[in-house]
Amino acid sequence: MAKKEIIKDPTAKKNIFLVVSRRVFFASASILAFLILWEVAARLKLVSVPAFFPPISKIFGALASEAEKGYLWKNLFISLRRSLLGFFIGLLVAIPLGLLVGWFKTFGDLLNPLLQVFRNLPTLALLPVFVMFFGIGEVSKVSVIVWGVLWYTLLNTISGVRSVDPQLVKAARSMGTGNLRLFGYVVLPAALPFIFTGVRISATVSILILIAAEMMGASTGIGYAMFFYQANFLIPEMFAYIIVMAVLGTGLNFILEHIEKISFRWRDDAGTT
Amino acid sequence: MSVNEGKEKIALRNLRQIYYIRNQQTKRLEEFVALEDFSLSIEEGTFIAIVGPSGCGKSTLLDIVAGLTRSKGGSIEIDGEKVTGPSLNRGLIMQGYALFPWRNVRKNVEYGLEVKRVPKAERKAISQKYIDLVDLSGFEERYPNELSGGMRQRVAIARALAYDPQVLLMDEPFAAVDAQTRETMQDELLRIYAKTEKTIIFVTHSIEEAVLLADRVVVMTPRPGRIREVVDITLPRPRFNADVRVSADYGVLVQRIWELLHEPDVAPAPAGPGEDGVIDIADEILPSAVL
Repeated sequence: MAKKEIIKDPTAKKNIFLVVSRRVFFASASILAFLILWEVAARLKLVSVPAFFPPISKIFGALASEAEKGYLWKNLFISLRRSLLGFFIGLLVAIPLGLLVGWFKTFGDLLNPLLQVFRNLPTLALLPVFVMFFGIGEVSKVSVIVWGVLWYTLLNTISGVRSVDPQLVKAARSMGTGNLRLFGYVVLPAALPFIFTGVRISATVSILILIAAEMMGASTGIGYAMFFYQANFLIPEMFAYIIVMAVLGTGLNFILEHIEKISFRWRDDAGTT
Repeated sequence: MSVNEGKEKIALRNLRQIYYIRNQQTKRLEEFVALEDFSLSIEEGTFIAIVGPSGCGKSTLLDIVAGLTRSKGGSIEIDGEKVTGPSLNRGLIMQGYALFPWRNVRKNVEYGLEVKRVPKAERKAISQKYIDLVDLSGFEERYPNELSGGMRQRVAIARALAYDPQVLLMDEPFAAVDAQTRETMQDELLRIYAKTEKTIIFVTHSIEEAVLLADRVVVMTPRPGRIREVVDITLPRPRFNADVRVSADYGVLVQRIWELLHEPDVAPAPAGPGEDGVIDIADEILPSAVL
């Protein structure tokens, strides 16, 4: 993903202030415009039921008061613990399994039909099943996240292992590379970008499933809080938690995308090896 | 020539290789003889070039010598020892470079040394020596995607030289670079060959390249791949593109090989399944586990 930047005049001095403000503007302009539009529309009461559509300023007010009262942090902490736990357990299962399935062809072919069936099950439809097995406590919520997260990383890992350039394998073999080293020195590094993409998608998915799981049966967490305020017609508070979710998902993706960019600077989709 | 002149390094005896290819019309598997009765004795320090039309089994031959494929018949010996698999006493350089994209230039060059379990400090000294030799000093920390085709090929050469194999197997190494770079690379290979005195088997499509580089040019016939003739190249060394190309002997040798490749008394190859692409696919060397 080595983007080639077009440099207009490399000798021209760059105004750092201009560069940074330009970047900030591009990163936030559309979001700001949306929020302003919302504020104006709500204040002018351009919607049929104004009570369901509070202005943004009111929503942020609700958010601040939630934070002040400590509810926000408590809910956030509980939700993050659930999703991170589910996320990491999911990775711990998915990556080793994916490496095995990708590497041992026969094993993979044997297991593949079952994996296809499982991955096509809607995750949330399984929540009642997990509740039945694990009760309504933390275990069922974490395990449904594990399940939902598993497939993206698993399938990416499998395709990563299987799409290793045969020329690289040939080159390594010609230098006397044995099976174990071939796996560690060639197959694994070649598969890593694929695996990481799966991990990044899984992270976002873990938040989505968490929210849904909390809405369906919980007494804490940001998903529950949103659901609770909606049921009690405390609309600004409800929107406040929706904003929290948006920030959480976007932030997570942003961080992981940056890690990806830094770690895989060698990757160049346009060129060959 | 080295002091070891006359000592046999590689003995290829009656090599035979068959692939099974599905006939497009009849849908049946058919035998395709890629290599038939290929025998050659190669002395230590000799530069052998192999020329022949597509599908004459040139690449197949290199894969067999590299130990990546087992031949269906015949045997290979290096220093009197039978070849049973790949080993670091042979270095393979391929047309597609096959550099590890996640390793920078230095780490690519050090790969074979890691397999050999050479200690880290020593590895660095050796890799630097070969990076300098192929004229890539200053690019040690670059990744392959930041290099041009010619530079990548030089990294591939340095990687193969670094673990000091006695035999270099080169499979059309310069086919993917532009004409200018190709000439530079040829001169560089001549320089490296003079410095290192490796035994080299060099497969190429280009008659001119074969004559410029080699001590002996093996001319092959296609389907099945057999040796038509081995032509001794008597041009004096050291050689350089600029000098060799204008010499009269060079023209005569190129013409002689050209005629060998085009002589009509060779039975025309039967058209059919033995297309290039098919052979390449059958040629693929992979542990079954990876596919």
